[in-house]
Amino acid sequence: MPHDHHDHLSPSGHPFRKDNDTPLTYWQQMEIAVRELLIEKGHLPRAEIQAQEEAMDARSPANGAKVVARAWADPEFKSLLLKDASEASRSIGLDIGPLRLIAVENTSDVHNLIVCTLCSCYPRDLLGLPPDWYKTRAYRSRAVKEPRKVLQEFGIDLPQETTLRVHDSTADMRYFVVPARPDGTNHFSEPAWAELATRDSMIGTGLARAPSQA
Amino acid sequence: MTSVRVKTICPPGHVRAPYYLRGKTGEIERALGSFGNPELLAYGLEGEEKELYRVRFTMHEIWGDSAERPEDTLDAELYDHWLERL
Repeated sequence: MPHDHHDHLSPSGHPFRKDNDTPLTYWQQMEIAVRELLIEKGHLPRAEIQAQEEAMDARSPANGAKVVARAWADPEFKSLLLKDASEASRSIGLDIGPLRLIAVENTSDVHNLIVCTLCSCYPRDLLGLPPDWYKTRAYRSRAVKEPRKVLQEFGIDLPQETTLRVHDSTADMRYFVVPARPDGTNHFSEPAWAELATRDSMIGTGLARAPSQA
Repeated sequence: MTSVRVKTICPPGHVRAPYYLRGKTGEIERALGSFGNPELLAYGLEGEEKELYRVRFTMHEIWGDSAERPEDTLDAELYDHWLERL
């Protein structure tokens, strides 16, 4: 039984997060005040805020997986994607807002890995909310200093002859990886391929699922 | 291929040129167009447009002998005013 970390464990042994019952910070108060004023004065209907929250929650890696599956299916789409990923994503009906997107392709001799060392930039319109580890100092610093070790911890033993390209999203672009298409899936339909493109495979910390794991 | 070096200056405030790349030499991978300068936008000031580039560095250039595999690369986006043409 874990008894060492009483601060983080409930009596039943489950980790828990402290309640946020401390006083509001200056900016939290400011956000609430501005939001309530906008609603009160009729500039922004409450329903619109709700709709925007729902739209943000609805974004998930399934959007990115759709793009990957199309790239696996259609070489012409793939070349457009690698040239202008924003344009390519919009062309298949994805609403990615003003996102400036760059797609990088994993091949038999190149593996790509995405990080944002300065903060936690992430292609949210395509992949939804980032995983917690993506935002940690550990991932952000180690992904540029010892990316191969990081990949090992994610279960990828990158061969020495494979070139690793790390992409640090330091400014206005957002990145995602087109993972290599798993062997033995040539006959798959596009929706079946989309099932194989996992969130981590589009960050580069994973590979596309092998069909037996699907 | 255009070789560039990231300036070694250390201005205060919000900058988006990572410290670990200062003074390092790389090749321009592609030009991305121009974007408002985040060093001013961050303070609510009007950020004049700056050219933005993706610059590719070798891991050896960044980390020297402690690089895991010297030929691996790191690409980062850097604004023109942070780069010296070589």
